[in-house]
Amino acid sequence: MIRFEQVGKRYPGGIAALAELTFAVESGEMVILSGHSGAGKSTLLKLIPAIERPTQGAVVVNGQNVAALKRAAIPFLRRNIGMIFQDQKLLYDRSAFDNVMLPLAIAGVATRDAGRRVRAALDKVGLLEREKAMPVALSGGEQQRLAIARAVVARPSILIADEPTAHLDDDTARDIATTFHAFNQVGVTVLVATHHESLFAPFMTRRITLAHGRLLP
Amino acid sequence: MTGWLLHHRQAAEQALRRLAATPLNTLLGALVLGIALALPAGGEMMLANFQRLAQRIAATPQISVFMALDAGKKDVAEVESLLRRHPQTQKVRLVPREETLRRLKDSEGLGEVIESLPRNPFPDAFVVVPGDETPEALEAMRAEFVKYPKVEHVQLDSAWVKKLDAFLRLARLTVTLLAAVLGVALVAVTFNTIRLQILTQEAEIEVSRLLGATDAFIRRPFYYFGALQGLAGGLVAWGAVLVATLLLRGPVADLAALYGIEFALHILPLSDSALLFGLAALLGWAGARLSLSRHLRD
Repeated sequence: MIRFEQVGKRYPGGIAALAELTFAVESGEMVILSGHSGAGKSTLLKLIPAIERPTQGAVVVNGQNVAALKRAAIPFLRRNIGMIFQDQKLLYDRSAFDNVMLPLAIAGVATRDAGRRVRAALDKVGLLEREKAMPVALSGGEQQRLAIARAVVARPSILIADEPTAHLDDDTARDIATTFHAFNQVGVTVLVATHHESLFAPFMTRRITLAHGRLLP
Repeated sequence: MTGWLLHHRQAAEQALRRLAATPLNTLLGALVLGIALALPAGGEMMLANFQRLAQRIAATPQISVFMALDAGKKDVAEVESLLRRHPQTQKVRLVPREETLRRLKDSEGLGEVIESLPRNPFPDAFVVVPGDETPEALEAMRAEFVKYPKVEHVQLDSAWVKKLDAFLRLARLTVTLLAAVLGVALVAVTFNTIRLQILTQEAEIEVSRLLGATDAFIRRPFYYFGALQGLAGGLVAWGAVLVATLLLRGPVADLAALYGIEFALHILPLSDSALLFGLAALLGWAGARLSLSRHLRD
């Protein structure tokens, strides 16, 4: 569960990126976050895994106020949140398999068990055949699916994605949207920031809209 | 506990992978560190050998008592009985002047020179092994023996032992200072290597943080990297000293034989080798630690 209570984020210099945000995403819910470029979608998502801290209010994730979390506790918060970034942040010096292995290595999952889980995650996004491929050898859609496999391999209860369908053609984008829906169907809380809301229309998901750092009613 | 072990194994493996990823850099790094460490390690090897030699030679101090050249048989007998009766002498051996002459005639090189002398230039002498080996007692005996009739000169063999001792102390200090200076160099080299490593691994560090890696998880491979590089340097240094020891062994034995000493150069003692490896790894680790605290943004 994710709950924002009167959250504000002001960058040094006085620019208010977010103001008076109050909303909640229930456990097992899938929510689409829409809004124009620069509305504050990315900033909002960054508050959940404490990549950024709010300057006002509370961000509560699974009962913990992330805004007040000690630095040393942040890694453990992040292990329970799968993140998919606009620029994917894949590591280009290692295979698809090793990219997906990284979260498990960080969490200290025993090697044999981990290998099985990596293959399961790659299978779910349809990349099992490409496990030995280097990311540069993958197409844009495959790279995005690889990023999703990495985000879900540690079985997080929350999945957040920032523009996961940017730079993808329509078919591939629909494919990615369906993948998110499939994870939501098995109980994962999903929050996707996108300006391709129509892609998610078939799943009847709730939508919240940001404009100039504030929620539209 | 198993998770902790797993993390350390992964960190060590990752450090090895990073070392193996750039074999030429790794080799050059190990050579630089190894050559730097070989200087103090080699000095230590020489020193350990010198000490062994010194201990063997100076195990029992002796006092040499030389009679005057004009001393007669009677004088020699009198001094001999005085020496034998002295409470602090353990052993007294007379070396007659004829024996000294004969021995030197037989020795190579000197034989012809001795032959050409008109008369025996050597005095009768006594070699005294003292019962009390403290420097004060030896000095007291020297002062006493020199007053015996027809005694020309008394030489304490402890004098050169003292000189050797002072020399060894100086050498030990030099080796220690050298080790300290080159230890600092090792830390500096590791500091810089780790800085470059952090720059190379920037993407991995950032992504790992986002995926929930703790600071310890991110730092660990760098610690291993620094320690392993230091250890590799230590191994190179050890190998270099070993090769030098084996190459020098023959010539040193030949040289020692010319002085009538049987001596084989020993390789670096086990304890010193362990110290070398331990210090090299520790200094590498320290360099990594310094570099991480300076260059890794939290």
